[in-house]
Amino acid sequence: MAEPSVHNIIVTGVGGQGNVLASQIIATAAVNSGYFVSVGETFGASQRGGSVMSHIRISREEAYGPLIPRGKATMIVGFEPLETLRTLIPYGNKETGVIMNLRSNYPLSVLVGEDTYPEIEKIKEAIAANSRFLVALEATELAVAAGVPVGTNMVMTGAFAGAGVLPIPPETYEGVIAGLFGGELLELNLAAFRAGLKAIAADQDLAGQRR
Amino acid sequence: MSFLSLLVNEPGRSVLMTGNEAVARGAIEAGIGYASSYPGSPTAEILGNLGRLAGDYHFYAEWSVNEKVALEGAAAASFAGLRSICIMKPNGVNVALDSLASISQSGIKAGLVLVVGDDPAGHSSTNEEDSRYLEKLAHMPILEPSTPREAKEMTLAAFELSEKIKLPVALRCVTRVCHASGNVTVGEIAGVNRKPAIGKNERFITVKFLHALQEAKLNQVRRMADAWPFNRYAGPENAKTLVITAGASFMYAREAVKELGLEGEVGILKLGISWPLPEKTLLGRLKTAEKAVFIEEVEPFIEENVMHLAAQHMMDLYPLQFYGQKSGHVAGPSGPGIGEMNPEIVAMALAAVCGVNYSPPPGCDESVKKLVPKVPQRDLAFCAGCPHRASFWAVKSALALDGRDGVVLGDIGCYTMGVGRTGFNLLQTVHAMGSGVGMACGLGKLADYGFNQPVVAMVGDSTFYHAAIPALVNARYNKSSFLLVVLDNETTAMTGHQPHPGMGKNAMGEEVVRMPVESVAEGLGIPVSVHDPYDVEGTTELVFHLLQSEGTKVLVLRRACALIAAKGTKKPRVYVDQELCIGDSCGCNRFCNQTFSCTANIWDVKNNKAVIDEVVCNRCQVCVSLCPRGAIKVEGGEQIG
Repeated sequence: MAEPSVHNIIVTGVGGQGNVLASQIIATAAVNSGYFVSVGETFGASQRGGSVMSHIRISREEAYGPLIPRGKATMIVGFEPLETLRTLIPYGNKETGVIMNLRSNYPLSVLVGEDTYPEIEKIKEAIAANSRFLVALEATELAVAAGVPVGTNMVMTGAFAGAGVLPIPPETYEGVIAGLFGGELLELNLAAFRAGLKAIAADQDLAGQRR
Repeated sequence: MSFLSLLVNEPGRSVLMTGNEAVARGAIEAGIGYASSYPGSPTAEILGNLGRLAGDYHFYAEWSVNEKVALEGAAAASFAGLRSICIMKPNGVNVALDSLASISQSGIKAGLVLVVGDDPAGHSSTNEEDSRYLEKLAHMPILEPSTPREAKEMTLAAFELSEKIKLPVALRCVTRVCHASGNVTVGEIAGVNRKPAIGKNERFITVKFLHALQEAKLNQVRRMADAWPFNRYAGPENAKTLVITAGASFMYAREAVKELGLEGEVGILKLGISWPLPEKTLLGRLKTAEKAVFIEEVEPFIEENVMHLAAQHMMDLYPLQFYGQKSGHVAGPSGPGIGEMNPEIVAMALAAVCGVNYSPPPGCDESVKKLVPKVPQRDLAFCAGCPHRASFWAVKSALALDGRDGVVLGDIGCYTMGVGRTGFNLLQTVHAMGSGVGMACGLGKLADYGFNQPVVAMVGDSTFYHAAIPALVNARYNKSSFLLVVLDNETTAMTGHQPHPGMGKNAMGEEVVRMPVESVAEGLGIPVSVHDPYDVEGTTELVFHLLQSEGTKVLVLRRACALIAAKGTKKPRVYVDQELCIGDSCGCNRFCNQTFSCTANIWDVKNNKAVIDEVVCNRCQVCVSLCPRGAIKVEGGEQIG
């Protein structure tokens, strides 16, 4: 299939999960591959438990604006199930691909007992019914297993890189990561990135959906 | 990306930068000698980066105590012949305005660029202010970049313009430029040979007869504005519908026109300078147009000024119609002049003006609702382990013990969230930096007139230095009675952990003298106590005790921001011993989870008992001391307290 004129990728999650770094790695890999890239980020709420979203727009043709219009996301990378669903509702369409971390992070209203957190299976069902594909993975557990409990973002970046949405090889992402960390920290982050790559490669559903 | 992209010295290379990085890079390429700022979103990262690079490129950079002082320092460096940049958010312009209006009247020498990061929709602000009205009031030219790429190029051009006309120039960015990233083409970083000096006969004096000169300078810019290289027109010649826009809104307008398929009939005039207006350019396009549509953030600044211009040329422009915020056509969900623009808002406005059909995609809300009836909102909350949560709980408990309906006045910082659930809804006022302390001064004088409630002002450490000190002097001088609680988390946490005068470190990473809050208070002769808020019981007793006496008192609650404390060190594991937790039969009403509501204290629905989310927990151990059953335990590491 020919490459679309613009890839509209949304990285979504909760403040403190490292979404901004993940979006910057994806965006830098694209710039280093010769694309025009625009990223719109809202990190005012970062670290304070609010919803955090990065819009990444990647095009061979021209620079787009920093906000993806409603219904036009081509890909959603969700670090948290509820945030993934919240983002899909306005921005997704039946052609949107979704990669989602299964680890929940409870909103204050759920903690204090005013709301209940929706069942994960229902969230998955709702997303699957309204997208092209859903790959759900235990990214936080994979990060812990790789020795970096805070490396969920790297696992998710690896999963995105391996999903083949962009014609950019994993080595390009790894090169960007190598520019960010040194020594042991680099090894740990690369291990988390590769854990994400491996998890997505093993996903049979995605293999069938790949275009 | 990030800090590293700022160091790329390959002119012509395209790298990914945020708008903030692009402004910093532009300033370095322009050969600045001085940079100053007080941290404020969305611009905080500009000086953060400049501070790290100051040594490499041999310029000076500081986090100033507030925006007024920041501007005064930058102006002085300009008087001495150094290109200077001063960075702030709109609230900072409010603070600096007195000096700004004067400096623009006295004139300057080397280029002085004021970078203002407006925050449409208030993503990280208490208010939503359009700073252009103030910049116009201060007789400054206003430049508006649309992308990070333009932000870098316009920073360079702003220095040239400022030097040519001897006025400070405003570079007005919005969040969607500051916090956006895009391809930026880097230029050369020239070596600069600076010898700052003020000539014996040079004078920079604000005096009323200079007002005429100030106006003459603006007229000079008005004549130059048509040739400003960042104005752009895209669309057919003699377009009947003309969109007039600036800043990030231009990108949305372009996308909306394309989405509607109106490229053949709608023209877009993007202004790179929004004050003074490029009048000839505007009048030329308006003469052939039948409809003018204004797309801008936040308030109708360009719209008002263009309509004013059009009124002077009414006969030439008739029967031109105007569409925008004033007509109600350009409006987000909360109405005209409120919130951010986006491609859908622009498309809806243009569709209405041009008489074509458009409605934004409905999304899959209906379909999702069948499976997930409600997607709970995510309120902002203090981070797990945040010392503020403990401080607010202690103050709340002390006020309950006191029983006289104590009033709590808030301020600007992370702890502003004390208006909400995470701070137990304790704060009853929030306005501007330091304003809670000034208001406490007022309430603290009302006892003689029948006001019998105790008064507590809560302010952060960085805000204390920024604007609370004059109010504290006032309190002591005028014998006002209140308790000032300084929430000292040893950093400027809200904007990304910048240093302040209490920390012993400056913007360039140098060790400097510490000025602890208690020393300042002692110097004013005000009684001051210092306590650790993680000791909730001790803090509660102390606050209660301090509320029982007259006079101005200061309590410093000192404990490092949990996000900084969590880094690097080996911390003990905090866990719930589910043998000891008896769940809902305890009678504590799920205290750790539902009342104290730390985001790490979650509920194990299966066992109906408390549990700690160990990925979220920052190991503060405060819940250990608060659990009535003693069911929360610590394992390994060093215990606190």
